[in-house]
Amino acid sequence: MTTLLKETLQHSSIYIPTIARITAVRDLTELEKLFTLELPHHYSLSHRPGQFVEVSLMGVGEAPISITSSPSRTNSVFELCIRRVGNLTNALHQLQPGQFVGIRGPFGHGFPFERFRGKDLLFVPGGLGLAPLRSLINEVLDDRGKYGRITILYGARSPQDLLFRDELAEWQARADVDLHVTVDRPDDTWGGNIGVITTLFKNLHLHARNTVAVVVGPPVMYRFVLMELLGKGISEGNIWFSFERRMKCGVGKCGHCQLQHIYTCQDGPSFSYADIKHLEEAL
Amino acid sequence: MGFKIMPKSALVDWVNHLRAGYRVVGPQPRHGQYVFAEINDPADLALDYPTSVLPPKQYLLPPREVLFNFQNSGMRIEANIKVEPTVILGVHTCDMHAIRLLDHVHNNGYADQHYQTHRANTYLVSIECLKPCMEHSFCKSMGTLTVPEEFDLHLTDLGTAYTVDIGSEKGEKLLEGFDQVWEASDDDYQLLSRVLTEKWPRFSYRLDFDVTELPDILNLSQKSGYWNELGDRCLACGMCTKVCPTCYCFDVSDNVDLTLKNGQRVRTWDSCQVEEFALVAGGHNFRSKRALRQRHRFLRKGKYQYEAFGMVGCVGCGRCAQACLVHITPVETFNELYRRSQRTEPAEVKA
Repeated sequence: MTTLLKETLQHSSIYIPTIARITAVRDLTELEKLFTLELPHHYSLSHRPGQFVEVSLMGVGEAPISITSSPSRTNSVFELCIRRVGNLTNALHQLQPGQFVGIRGPFGHGFPFERFRGKDLLFVPGGLGLAPLRSLINEVLDDRGKYGRITILYGARSPQDLLFRDELAEWQARADVDLHVTVDRPDDTWGGNIGVITTLFKNLHLHARNTVAVVVGPPVMYRFVLMELLGKGISEGNIWFSFERRMKCGVGKCGHCQLQHIYTCQDGPSFSYADIKHLEEAL
Repeated sequence: MGFKIMPKSALVDWVNHLRAGYRVVGPQPRHGQYVFAEINDPADLALDYPTSVLPPKQYLLPPREVLFNFQNSGMRIEANIKVEPTVILGVHTCDMHAIRLLDHVHNNGYADQHYQTHRANTYLVSIECLKPCMEHSFCKSMGTLTVPEEFDLHLTDLGTAYTVDIGSEKGEKLLEGFDQVWEASDDDYQLLSRVLTEKWPRFSYRLDFDVTELPDILNLSQKSGYWNELGDRCLACGMCTKVCPTCYCFDVSDNVDLTLKNGQRVRTWDSCQVEEFALVAGGHNFRSKRALRQRHRFLRKGKYQYEAFGMVGCVGCGRCAQACLVHITPVETFNELYRRSQRTEPAEVKA
């Protein structure tokens, strides 16, 4: 059984995708859908949490999408959480089970989760940032004994924007996971915390020296969360981000994702704060 | 691999000889400037051209290139890398250094088979530059005034003849079956030596510092107010990157025919100077200001590529300066940043 990446490298052009079949589509919110995809010939995806694939529809285009299923629950079937935000994603949202998309990858470096073992983990997903982080969270939960305390601070715009509500309920019910959710704009049904994601840090007690924080969200969120994390005493090398860039080719050529001397699609999208602290334009 | 002499009077015959087996391109006059184009009449070839509007990069990275064709909405996909064995005549040494960098980029990491296929079918005949080509070039400062080892044949103009340095088996092939080349004599070697010695003083150092200092100077300039000055002038037209021999960024788009099921995925030259280059789907633009994009361009050439590949990304050809409508030039930019880095008071950081 070969991997998708090995298969991709066999193509006469690195830009040629492999055709994957949609096996399920589920509405998560008004804007986001969860697609379950199956690779042909039992190619395995063999990804790491934090990696992405290039998804294409012929005639529309191609875009980088993070993988939301965890390696522990992925073989040749995997999941992508896709927000309807542009031409390609609008077209993807029209697709039904049984239809096909092109896939290349997985590309980039994921999170080095082996190095997180034995540590307390603080996950800070904001909005769609839960999609890539879910891959890491489920990987960790499926190997729960290897990690210390697990805390998840999740912020969304409104209760209707919350992703993966069934899984949030599961995490909420677990005694070995500490989940806190906040929304900026509550509705009548909302009885939880109100405010931006940093409001969840107020009553947070951490063993800072033994905590790894993993933060994924919109670019505007990073500075504010970073201030909280550094304020708590978490070391710079233990704060991890995933960067959003326009990775058009995924293979370090097209230049769109370049962050100084780094091609985000090659050396990222996962970076520790220590890695990128001195890079202008990083955050 | 060998060193030959070809009289200039044999050049037309040689070009015709090459045209029997290859597409032959070279510098030719067009509308008062010079361009690389296919040679249909050897008399058009102008090996003593000053500089060309575009570098010969287009034969390795076409401005528009089909990555693959798809049919039936993508259920059938075929890469269609068109190859045509091509001889490029008269490549200047700065452009040879640029090709050396392009080779490195496209052969490393995930190899780009499109570039590799074009490159494998390209025969590079470079020519020694004996006098400065135009006011903006600064090859001597950038260390690109001598030819790198990537040439297949390298010519030097000795007045009535060219020396032909054979750099590869591909170069030997270009001389196969052509009998108007001779072994170089001692006199030829002496003449070549004199020509090469005499050429050097004709070029001046244009940078006020050594090129090895360039990455550090640019690093110190990250917060310089000079980028705002350039940003205020820049029109974000992207000409500088279009004419640059080491720019290779591209955009990707799909073209479908009227069945809406069949079509092509195409890449086209793109420019980091246009506003939407670093825009992401959510609407955040990581380089929304012209000043940031100019900084990115100059630091990419003089610092980032050096850090990523061990090669400085600017080869000193001067084309971007010639193309710029608002006179932004690498020589002035690098020198000004150097001058500001020498000041004891970093005045521009305060703001």
